[in-house]
Amino acid sequence: MESIGVLMLCPMNTYLEQELQRRFNLFRLWTVPEKPQFLKDHSASIRAVVGNASAGADAELINTLPGLEIVSSFSVGVDKIDLNKCKEKGIRVTNTPDVLTEDVADLAIGLILAVLRRLCECDRYVRSGKWKKGDFSLTTKFTGKTVGIIGLGRIGMAVAKRAEAFGCPISYYSRRENPDTKYTYYPSVVELAANCQILGPHVDEPELVSALVEGRLGGAGLDVYENEPEVPEELFGLENVVLLPHVGSGTVETREAMADLVIGNLEAHFLNKPLLTPLV
Amino acid sequence: MPRFPVVTPLSRLSKPNPSCPATESLSGHSSAWILPLFPPGLDCIDLPECRYRGIIVTNASVVFCEDVADCAVGLLLDVLRRISAADRFVRGGLWPVKEDYPLGFKLGGKRVGIVGLGHIGSEIAKRLAAFGCSIAYNSRKQKPSVAFPFYANVRELAANSDVLVLCCALTKETHHIVNKDVMTALRKEGVIINVGRGALIDEKEMVQLLVQGELGGAGLDVFEKEPDVPTELFALDNVVLSPHFAVCTPESLERLMELVINNLETFFSNKPLLSVVSNE
Repeated sequence: MESIGVLMLCPMNTYLEQELQRRFNLFRLWTVPEKPQFLKDHSASIRAVVGNASAGADAELINTLPGLEIVSSFSVGVDKIDLNKCKEKGIRVTNTPDVLTEDVADLAIGLILAVLRRLCECDRYVRSGKWKKGDFSLTTKFTGKTVGIIGLGRIGMAVAKRAEAFGCPISYYSRRENPDTKYTYYPSVVELAANCQILGPHVDEPELVSALVEGRLGGAGLDVYENEPEVPEELFGLENVVLLPHVGSGTVETREAMADLVIGNLEAHFLNKPLLTPLV
Repeated sequence: MPRFPVVTPLSRLSKPNPSCPATESLSGHSSAWILPLFPPGLDCIDLPECRYRGIIVTNASVVFCEDVADCAVGLLLDVLRRISAADRFVRGGLWPVKEDYPLGFKLGGKRVGIVGLGHIGSEIAKRLAAFGCSIAYNSRKQKPSVAFPFYANVRELAANSDVLVLCCALTKETHHIVNKDVMTALRKEGVIINVGRGALIDEKEMVQLLVQGELGGAGLDVFEKEPDVPTELFALDNVVLSPHFAVCTPESLERLMELVINNLETFFSNKPLLSVVSNE
């Protein structure tokens, strides 16, 4: 398969890059000085595109690659891919679902603990030398608090399973009630919020920020934002907030599993086997 | 002979009382009861002496075990997923992240070795099992009712673990139980979580190993000479520090007061007390 041209749209993972390099004729779009000229020269040989959550095969790119057969995304989210265009032209699309479920659920619990027990604040307290002058104040217990989950899909269920081990009663809101779970269902987010102490995730960012700044909300742990990588600066001064740079799936093990899925999908396609995780 | 309870006074968590005031002041009074309040450990009570004089000692730590367990899990998630480090990163305005931002490590599938499977150790085991960790332990004696694999010494446990969690009492036997040998057996990727007492670890050795990159990371709530914390740790992103606050939630303090009041009432009614320290 060394002659098959694969176009990687941006740097995303060293292991993935190495594995693609070993198997295919890999083109790294970000190293190319003149993109239009490059595409003209090589477009005929490029049969696959590898993108991620921030860089995908849009209509313009698809139009310049007449030989394109498959787009394999190193992500779950495919908003940057023109799926309709792909369907139209018979181009296959794959993503990387499921492998990151546990990492995201782990991080959700990690954020709850970090916010309630003020772990980051405590760490800052020690590092700044303040502990020598006085004890830290009380924090809030996590075990036993009611947890409300918005969206009880795979990730929501994984969060629930973990929170249950802390003795937390679980409630949820979903488009439809799930008859297979014993968790308490609420038909609206507002009702869910009124009946639990920890809620995830949020929707209206400006509203969330003002609620936090005005002290109407106890705290927040955020891994995602409306306009990444912009984070509302009013949050930087708040001690009851933990801010992460979208690292829900950011572990060595999971990124490797995602890379293996990308490679697996590409190999399956070029060997005429069924795709592992097709979207289109 | 009058019977009376001794409830040791609240003291700063960060300065454990090194002397044993209770047994000295009780000389001549055989029917008495000691409840160490803060810190909720038994390191400053001369247990054999109390036993000899027929003084009952009760342990308040059962009241705190959920909070300490929550803290241990929180510290472990923080170290593996770099939560405090990432929060510092975002607050420092350093997002967007380049492709080579350090990834964290997955918690699921990690082998966790618990040193001391008492109330706290059991609560930690229960929580981590929900994240898909496998649990093994070392304790003074093997517990036949426990299904987890038992290792007769801490070095063996470390050699078979990815994470070592310390939650046992500090005694002559457990002083520096985690020494250079044990930490070497844990290997470069190994993580140590200490919510027991600082002196369970040879702190100087641990700091050196961390600085040299010979140990994967550490989450520490306790230190050998609180509130002094080795400043070499402040520069490390794979270390999370907290100011001996694992027990500090209003919920636990309330439960502690309930235990004290209940035991006081029980004591004066000549009924058996709760949470008596056994003669093991």
